[in-house]
Amino acid sequence: MMSSSRSSLAFWLRLVLVAFIFAALEIYGRFYADPAFMSPPSGIFRAFVERILPEPKIIEALFLCVLQIAAAYGLSILFGTLTGLLVGATSFSRSAFFPIVLLLFAIPQVSLLPLVILFFGLGPAAKIAFGFSHGVFPIIMNVVAGMRDVKELHLRAARSMGASRSETIRHVILPHAVPSLFTGLRLGMTMTLLGVILAELYVSTGGVGYYTRLFAENYNPAPLFALIGCLAVIAILFNELVRLAEKRLTPGLRRSAALTNLVKE
Amino acid sequence: MDRSNFATRSIQISFLAVLAGAWWLATETGSISRLFLPQPRAVYAAAERLVQTAAFWSAVSVTLMTIAKAFLIAMIAGIIVGYLVTRTRLATQVIEPIISGLFTIPITLFFPMFILFFGIGTGSKVAYGATYAFFPIALNTIAAFSNMDERYLRAARSMGAGRWQTFRHILLPGALPVLMTGMRIGFFICFASVLGGETISSVAGVGRNIAHAAELMESARMYAWIVFVICTSVTLNLIVYAFENRIRNR
Repeated sequence: MMSSSRSSLAFWLRLVLVAFIFAALEIYGRFYADPAFMSPPSGIFRAFVERILPEPKIIEALFLCVLQIAAAYGLSILFGTLTGLLVGATSFSRSAFFPIVLLLFAIPQVSLLPLVILFFGLGPAAKIAFGFSHGVFPIIMNVVAGMRDVKELHLRAARSMGASRSETIRHVILPHAVPSLFTGLRLGMTMTLLGVILAELYVSTGGVGYYTRLFAENYNPAPLFALIGCLAVIAILFNELVRLAEKRLTPGLRRSAALTNLVKE
Repeated sequence: MDRSNFATRSIQISFLAVLAGAWWLATETGSISRLFLPQPRAVYAAAERLVQTAAFWSAVSVTLMTIAKAFLIAMIAGIIVGYLVTRTRLATQVIEPIISGLFTIPITLFFPMFILFFGIGTGSKVAYGATYAFFPIALNTIAAFSNMDERYLRAARSMGAGRWQTFRHILLPGALPVLMTGMRIGFFICFASVLGGETISSVAGVGRNIAHAAELMESARMYAWIVFVICTSVTLNLIVYAFENRIRNR
């Protein structure tokens, strides 16, 4: 009880703090800042209504961005989970293949960005590929980690109750890996967003990158911030989607929720 | 154990060998355009030419200086902010979710703003790298100082430890491993974001040179740069890993 009233206090204080920051930005942007560099939040919102919404090309670019993120993330989940399951299946495959995954992960992928564009062209394929190559690693690594950290006790219990190898995998190892999988999915989403947006910004001949460069080079902060705000909202929505899925699908959390329901009844 | 160790090593080595062999074969037979994938020896020759030019070393030093400045700023700001936030539990509860929430948004989004504010020189890359690296450092500092076992603090206080003594002998040693993790993550994020910033929009530096070579379709030179970056990054990873292990085991 104590802690819940405390966390709700923290929530309201947080809201006040964020509101205060926005108010400070508004005052600063309106009265003190150089309009070539800064725009108050109200001006950004006006730019969103007047310059972003009526521009079908920008909306189209944003929509394409959403599709690219979704495609890259879908591929990351598919390949990341499969690869993770294969690599993590036995201790032998883990010690053989996991260092290769780590080695590939240690490569700074931004240095490959021009190469990816060279291979896949300026269109959506390059952005999907770059988002995928960012998103897939956290998923692989967390699936492997989740399967590795199964408690010896649980394995032994399953064995002593006569579970076969496939039954052990099905009922002990896989359910155990689910929370870790979702950690990977969350990180993978952040990384996918990063990859797609990096590629979008690098390719400045079309899409969102073209408009951000246009607005930045013309010292037009209000529509630039509005466009960045749209992308941020897209990123937040994608993150929330993953969080919701995690809440609904993690067995441990669901069970504990059921347990608290039981206690309440 | 020894035999399976041998087996895993040989799998890893053969993976690298197959990769290198595929590269060599694909370029020798001409089944892939040399614009996309030049021959290994062409890349080697380009790398040899590259390290002899003054432009190479000036680009490397620009990038290294940018990373160093950005990381220093991020480290100081991140640790100070993180430490101050953990001084009261309420501040931690209020502020930590804001920082961690912001960190789930790719900061790269705001890169055009940095260009707008600081121009396309190194200043924008320093600011961008520092901002990006600030988050993991601050978050890990918060985690390091807020998960301190209350009993140690009480014990120190009851034995008459002063503020500084408590910090020096209880808080800092307890927090150090997590602080180190934060700085490691922050450093590599800084490294990648400075490179990325240079690639996207810049006038100098390693990232700019990679992008420039790609624009001119000089793929051998581009691959030479990429190989250089990858080797640097892997070496840095190994150094930091060894360093961290040393501190942990002390």
